[in-house]
Amino acid sequence: MPRGGWYSVGVVLMFAVLPFVYGNHALLFNMMMYLVLAQGINVLFGFTGYLPFGYVGFFGTGAYGTSLAILLLHLPPLPALLVGAAAAMLVGLVLAPLLKLSGAYFAIASLAASEVVYYIVSNPHLTPLTQGPYGISLVQTYNAAQSYAVMVAVLALALGAVVYLRNSNLGLALQAIREEPISAGFAGINVVRERTRAWLLSAALAGLAGGVYAWHVSVFYPKPVFDLSISVFAIVFTLFGGAATLLGPVVGTLLLYGLYNWIGISQPEYFQLVFGIVIVVLVLFLPNGLMSLLRRIRVDVP
Amino acid sequence: MSPNALLSVSGLSKRFGAYRALDGLSLEVAAGEILGLVGPNGSGKTTAINVISGVYAADAGTIRFDGRPVGGLPIHRRARLGINRTFQVPKPFRSLTVTENLEVASAHSRSGDNQIRECLELLALDSVAGREAASLTSAQQKRLDLARALVARPRLLLVDEIGAGLNPAELQLMAQTLLAIAGSGVALLVVEHLLGFLRAVASRVVVMDAGREIFEGPLDLAARDPQVIDVFLGR
Repeated sequence: MPRGGWYSVGVVLMFAVLPFVYGNHALLFNMMMYLVLAQGINVLFGFTGYLPFGYVGFFGTGAYGTSLAILLLHLPPLPALLVGAAAAMLVGLVLAPLLKLSGAYFAIASLAASEVVYYIVSNPHLTPLTQGPYGISLVQTYNAAQSYAVMVAVLALALGAVVYLRNSNLGLALQAIREEPISAGFAGINVVRERTRAWLLSAALAGLAGGVYAWHVSVFYPKPVFDLSISVFAIVFTLFGGAATLLGPVVGTLLLYGLYNWIGISQPEYFQLVFGIVIVVLVLFLPNGLMSLLRRIRVDVP
Repeated sequence: MSPNALLSVSGLSKRFGAYRALDGLSLEVAAGEILGLVGPNGSGKTTAINVISGVYAADAGTIRFDGRPVGGLPIHRRARLGINRTFQVPKPFRSLTVTENLEVASAHSRSGDNQIRECLELLALDSVAGREAASLTSAQQKRLDLARALVARPRLLLVDEIGAGLNPAELQLMAQTLLAIAGSGVALLVVEHLLGFLRAVASRVVVMDAGREIFEGPLDLAARDPQVIDVFLGR
């Protein structure tokens, strides 16, 4: 088993079994969704150093791609999900030139790009095609149990992707690109191609998560699936746990999304306060996340 | 162009805005030869290395490697053909270990684990092989930079001021290392301010001023050339 493989199996099994003993399936589903999104951010930020504030654009594109494949192409949900992922990757391909930017410029440009996708999708003139601002209804394919099971599979895929990156030459090459793109070129790495691959993998994961989300909730408006807070949550969960590791985003999501559900819904103002403090403490004292604490005491974190 | 030149550069020009960093530079390096490149600050030495290695695109001129034009190729293609370099300020992959730094380079070239071990030994990095590159001293980082280039099995190595900041013992070791690399048939182009170091390694030098060559020949003759003296001591 590659490094981190058993942890991944454990996490996947946990979400496969928990619905039988724990009643709040919506919480479990959303937690899986954020685990996938956090690993998607991890693939991009942890391994290449790009921080996409517009990451939710891929999620929304996946939700709409899947829904429109069901509504307009009359595909069953599973093939429709592939259409959703492909749509997210297509948007990723169109936006690939953004990778020429760095740091804050990339973060802001990706945010603007996701807003553009949102305004296209929600444009009232496109109502015949996208239902515009009136949202999507997929009641005819609604199936909470099946869509939950598929999210478990997508979670397995996301964890598998990061396990692969943690153990492969591609993952090492991506980290080399993150640290020193020019030296990476002299190490024989095709920097543009490998970086684009990571970007598209990250887009596909968000697209799949968005597609399964659309199927699971079956009725939604454009605003919530393009909501910036989805990007922010996924990014903070990843950074809190520790990017470029498998376990960091998992631990970050379980703790912080758990906290959100504990006090965020009943007392949102306290959650905002705690969340804000967590971010400040993180940036000041633990810029590499919780996992860096373990590494400091020489634990090899997968 | 002489028939045995591995690298042959002619008429190379590069401008940054109105500033001419390179202004028709021509030079050749043969396999197994160490050519020194000297000149005052701002004379275009590092720009020459950046253009030959593909970090910058030339505005004019040709770069032939093994008879084949490489001026339009991206960095990784040049690296795979056998053009590699070190940096004046070393650029290791800082959060990766020393060994991982070399694994990255070996994965994309034809070299294996043996090559990594050999390079670690040759550059006295075996004792720090498991450490993060960021924790190395600057002299060690310079050697890691060179090791990263060597693992990719270069045929032409561009070395940018590797002597700066090294103590006399380290300099002597570095000179021996460069001579050993050239001895294995690699062509070296060495940019250096330390003339003692250069005398120990280079059989021939090109002196640059304002982006072009003003002298080519043995270093000792360069020191007696009136134009070279002019450029270094000021007019």
